[in-house]
Amino acid sequence: MTQTTPSGDNTLLSETVAVRDISRLERFLGPENYRIVTGLLKTPASIMGFVLIGLFIIIAIAAPLIAPPVNPKDPYKIPRDGFKSEPQPMMSPWTSKPPEVPFWYEAVMGTDQWVHILGTSQGQYDVFYGIIWGTRTAFRTGLIVTLATFLIGITIGSISAYYGGVVDNIIMRIVDIFLTLPFILAALILAAVLTPKIGKSLYPAIIALITFGWMGYARIIRGDILSIKERDYIMAARVIGVKDSRILFRHIIPNAIFPTLVLASLAVGDVVLSFAALSFLGIGTEVGYADWGQVLSFARNWITSLNTYWYIIVWPGLALVLYVMGFNLVGDALRDVLDPRMRGKS
Amino acid sequence: MLTYIIRRLLLVPLLLFGVTVLIFSMLQFLGPVERSALYIRDVPRNDKQVQAIITHYGLDKPVHIQYWIWLVGKVEGTSGERRGGILFGDFGYSRTASEPVIDLIRTRFPNTLDLTIWAIAPVIFVGIWLGVQAAVHQNGFIDQAARIFSIIGTSFPTFVFGLLMLMIFYANLQWFPPGRVSDWANIVIHSEEFHQYTSLLTFDALLNGRFDIFLDALRHMAMPILTLSYISWATFLRVTRSSMLETLRMEYVITARAKGLPERDVIFKHAQPNAMIPVVTLAGFTVVGLLGGVVITETVFNYPGIGQAAADAAAQLDVITTLGFALFNGFILIVANLVVDVLYAVVDPRVRLS
Repeated sequence: MTQTTPSGDNTLLSETVAVRDISRLERFLGPENYRIVTGLLKTPASIMGFVLIGLFIIIAIAAPLIAPPVNPKDPYKIPRDGFKSEPQPMMSPWTSKPPEVPFWYEAVMGTDQWVHILGTSQGQYDVFYGIIWGTRTAFRTGLIVTLATFLIGITIGSISAYYGGVVDNIIMRIVDIFLTLPFILAALILAAVLTPKIGKSLYPAIIALITFGWMGYARIIRGDILSIKERDYIMAARVIGVKDSRILFRHIIPNAIFPTLVLASLAVGDVVLSFAALSFLGIGTEVGYADWGQVLSFARNWITSLNTYWYIIVWPGLALVLYVMGFNLVGDALRDVLDPRMRGKS
Repeated sequence: MLTYIIRRLLLVPLLLFGVTVLIFSMLQFLGPVERSALYIRDVPRNDKQVQAIITHYGLDKPVHIQYWIWLVGKVEGTSGERRGGILFGDFGYSRTASEPVIDLIRTRFPNTLDLTIWAIAPVIFVGIWLGVQAAVHQNGFIDQAARIFSIIGTSFPTFVFGLLMLMIFYANLQWFPPGRVSDWANIVIHSEEFHQYTSLLTFDALLNGRFDIFLDALRHMAMPILTLSYISWATFLRVTRSSMLETLRMEYVITARAKGLPERDVIFKHAQPNAMIPVVTLAGFTVVGLLGGVVITETVFNYPGIGQAAADAAAQLDVITTLGFALFNGFILIVANLVVDVLYAVVDPRVRLS
């Protein structure tokens, strides 16, 4: 302890109690959630993550401008240039009916001859087109699955935590059962069962990923609710006779949901990984659908000659890796912010 | 500890029931004709015969009766032979492999087991070592490198990494081929003088004194093992690092330093054993996961384990076979998870003494 000289105005006090302005955002989110948001925007890694995610969002939105579809009614079908089996190298010209040349093409490439910028894969599917429109597929599946698993998860988790006792026990054992099978295997099977029923499309894989994907959220929100349930204001609400459902939906969930919400927003990256894995294994979309896993799965037949046809795995692989990495970089920063040992530090 | 183990044991029948119900409900998406493959090899084309089979195996009965027949099968009146019955190990007939599902599992599982045995050391110990190094040199070069590595590692989908490995080490360098063994070795294995002692190929090769086949098998497993290691190191690194950092801040570690122990002893004798407790669970679940067949890794490298068989069947929409693998997997995982949980109780004094 150092000795401080006493003086007229108390410097010690003014140093300890920082009087600062509370921004509108902080007031809206509350101090704890505000700390999470600002923490995420501080490290260079997470900023890089946000930049990557932003880039992919732009590509997804601008897909029709970057790679104009041949048939605007069915843009997710990758255009084919003939039916030959062997992949064609990068920059090889279109031999049959090329799609419309996009606006940026002449400025960048210097010609108006549309070529296979990143080559073609087995069956002459254009790799570049598949990557660009695959970004849309990635966001679509990611958002649908994440939203659905999130809603199912928080509903089940909050029912479990709020009622406790037998209900909690039964629900948590059901969660255990769903967690017994390995995630990819379980999703693979359900997708295989559903495909003959609803046809080859995005939906069998989406439904499968939702069915086996909600358990994590249920567990997390359950933990958060259990701690909030004990707070005084919940007791107060109960004493004055507020209905169960109102306490749950108006008082508990809004206070418990934020960490789960942030985690869910990052899962948009992970879902795409699982989805791509399923379509790589040959389950999910029909051949030629603009989806990164689908484009990569062509490579399975060319393993012995991947030294020549490297572009059929490197480019779609890079798109997938960068997409997932964007979310992982933000997620890594998030883990630090959410770590209970970091609470109270800014 | 005894009450803990008993409570854990009581959970087993419940999980078994739950998993069978889950898989049974997925079976219900199939029509009765397709489901008859659970009991008979060839589904006849004649409508009348099909109807007879459906009635015989109760495939049009209420679900709880069907569930029971599915569990215990049906004993034939004439021959006294049991058909179906997953509890007796009959998972039905595989349309794509044209053999009983259980036989398919029997030929494939030893390969998965073989891979698991050889993968344990590189997958687990290297990851732990990296984590300890990162924690001991916190914020140092190793720590930063490990952090970057783990972000890149978790971002690489297994199959993209696997395909890149194939591109580099097989297509370009010709070092590590995919598959199980080379053709010449395959001929030897299926010949008369090669005895199947354990049906684990690497061990059989050693027991037969065929060192060349042993090396050939290892050469084919190199890339799957590398891929599995790569994807699990990131997790091991992260868990080990944070657990180790937490332990290093404990007072008994400070005491150990204060009494003048060399830093090596402080880290490896005092801190590490306690820091390993959460890692042991992770290691257990990783091994269990490997045993269940690693679907994607096996498929990418064309390694004939149960994961690849399940993926193949699923891609051809052979639901009976896929669900057979799921059942087998579920059974293995339930038992193995039990073992891991009990071992955990033995390792952790807080659980052992409670």
